[in-house]
Amino acid sequence: MISIWFFIGSSLVVNGALILAAGIYEWVYPPTNVTVVLSYLHAGVWWGALLLLVGILYCFKFAPRHGH
Amino acid sequence: MAMMLQLASAVPIRLVHLSAVDIAIVAFYFVLVLSIGWYLKSRANTGEDFFMAGREMTAWVAGLSFLSANLGALELMGWAGSAYQYGILATHWYWIGAIPAMLFLALVMMPFYYISKTHSVPGYLKLRFGEPSRALSAISFAFMTVLMSGVNMFAMAKVMQIVLGWNINFSIWVSSLTVAIYVTLGGLRSAIFNEVLQFVLIWSGALLVPILGLYEAGGWTNLKHLIGERASYQYVHLWAGLGSFSSNPMGIHWTGIVFGLGAIISMGYWTTDFLVVQRILAAKDIRSAELAPIIGAGFKMMVPFIVILPGLLGLALLPEKLVPESMAAVTGAHSYNDVLPLMFARYLGPGLLGLGITALIAGFMSGMAGNVSAFTTVWTYDIYRPLINSNGSDHHYVNMGRWTTVVGVLISIGTAYLVMQFASIMDYVQALFSFFIAPLFGTVVLGMLWKRATGPGGFWGLLCGTLCSIGMWAWVKVDPTALRYVALSPHAKGLAQDMYQALWSFLVCVIVTVAMSLATKPASDSDLTGLVYGLTEVPVVGEVPLYKKPIFWAAIVTVVFFVLNIVFW
Repeated sequence: MISIWFFIGSSLVVNGALILAAGIYEWVYPPTNVTVVLSYLHAGVWWGALLLLVGILYCFKFAPRHGH
Repeated sequence: MAMMLQLASAVPIRLVHLSAVDIAIVAFYFVLVLSIGWYLKSRANTGEDFFMAGREMTAWVAGLSFLSANLGALELMGWAGSAYQYGILATHWYWIGAIPAMLFLALVMMPFYYISKTHSVPGYLKLRFGEPSRALSAISFAFMTVLMSGVNMFAMAKVMQIVLGWNINFSIWVSSLTVAIYVTLGGLRSAIFNEVLQFVLIWSGALLVPILGLYEAGGWTNLKHLIGERASYQYVHLWAGLGSFSSNPMGIHWTGIVFGLGAIISMGYWTTDFLVVQRILAAKDIRSAELAPIIGAGFKMMVPFIVILPGLLGLALLPEKLVPESMAAVTGAHSYNDVLPLMFARYLGPGLLGLGITALIAGFMSGMAGNVSAFTTVWTYDIYRPLINSNGSDHHYVNMGRWTTVVGVLISIGTAYLVMQFASIMDYVQALFSFFIAPLFGTVVLGMLWKRATGPGGFWGLLCGTLCSIGMWAWVKVDPTALRYVALSPHAKGLAQDMYQALWSFLVCVIVTVAMSLATKPASDSDLTGLVYGLTEVPVVGEVPLYKKPIFWAAIVTVVFFVLNIVFW
């Protein structure tokens, strides 16, 4: 049976990748009207990367081929 | 819950705007939950699988879903709003208002629930006190939980309208159909899986707000100074201002917090509300069933970081002053309950905002799924099977469960539309819950710990405690000044009513149960084996090292609980 943790890992991978991509895009092409406070911290980039990394670890550890 | 209900009646002013990547994240969530339901369809064909998730959940899964079943979006937004309105006092509902009760459930009550092999709290009452107690509890719970599902559904649709500008009908139908599909297909296991998913989404979506907020505020100490200047230093003390009703923003006294909230309301909710207890009953063995609430308690203590702290940060940092719902409806200003979405909009850029909104949607939907799955189990096993058709096959009851899920969702939709027309219904549904929770705790805990409690004692104690609760509520409704008698002080405010109402109704339940039990014939020991302290042998699940024992982790949680209360005194 596919573990719930694999589904969660998948969710983190997809969400992390989307957030990371959006964060990088905003960093490379900064919007003209910035509505978010502390935008210079580029939170999307490092948070997206963190979610993506954790998601990959979960997917690897709980992948069905490992018998979970 | 009162502030949550106000949330749903706020003026619709769109608070955030979603970009394409945000919408992609929201859409992916819907695809994922439906996929999980579809995948689990093949593992929900027996009653044990459909209603009890096969009783094979690990401690972590049972514990996180136990917590998530309570951690809905209305909780998140409502309590962030309460933190803005009342300061750090709102944290009591997460610490003393939850942790002792969760540990009590784990160490004292769980063995009796688990060993009795019951499928529900009303099911335990039937084994311990007989059919009348079960029927009273089951019918009231089934009725209330499906109504609450509808109230939550309406509130979610209203919040989505306010926050995102979505059409109310779209929100109601898309979310309820999604829930109906994944619970009908996968049963309790599907509901639990999605609750664990919701837990991870909430943390990954909301955790950035306090992190960035504390960075902007310059740390916790500076945040306290900002709040002190903008509002009052009373807003940053957990216990120091509770010596009198008039020395804190909430108008409560420490006795109400400790005895009303900590001892009775939280005990009643966390140990007898079947919506949360059902998740623990699905654990794979007794040790997992004991560990699960302890795991839940550990994470519950951290929830104020993503709920209360954003409210405090909003109080310190938001340029505009938020106002009560009633004033917001007239002036068009933002209300207290808008603080969490406003903080999302303040810090979260494209993608991050989508994840935050998804966390709120996930919270609403898993709340609905939880209500519907609990309703389905109680209806099928505690009302339909014992009172209507006791000769059905397991397959028949599973089909009944699937159809009940659909009917439950439809009733919820109907309730949502009814609430749209008559908003005061929400107040009555919430009041219904408060009538039963404290007396039910009295009945269940006496049943578990005192073998002399008899069937008539249990039934009449539950009924009298409930009538007492209804009576006090009606009295204060008709004459608001009566609160001074219920709460024993002329300075008591609204929240004090819940606490003292629970305290008195619990005491009435206990007194009547004891008196009636002593006046009636006790049950034999053989009838009570496995149900009550002194006649229940807790199975030993092998010798395990100390760090794997529930009592060890309960001690850790207790120490952290006391440290936190002292640090934030």
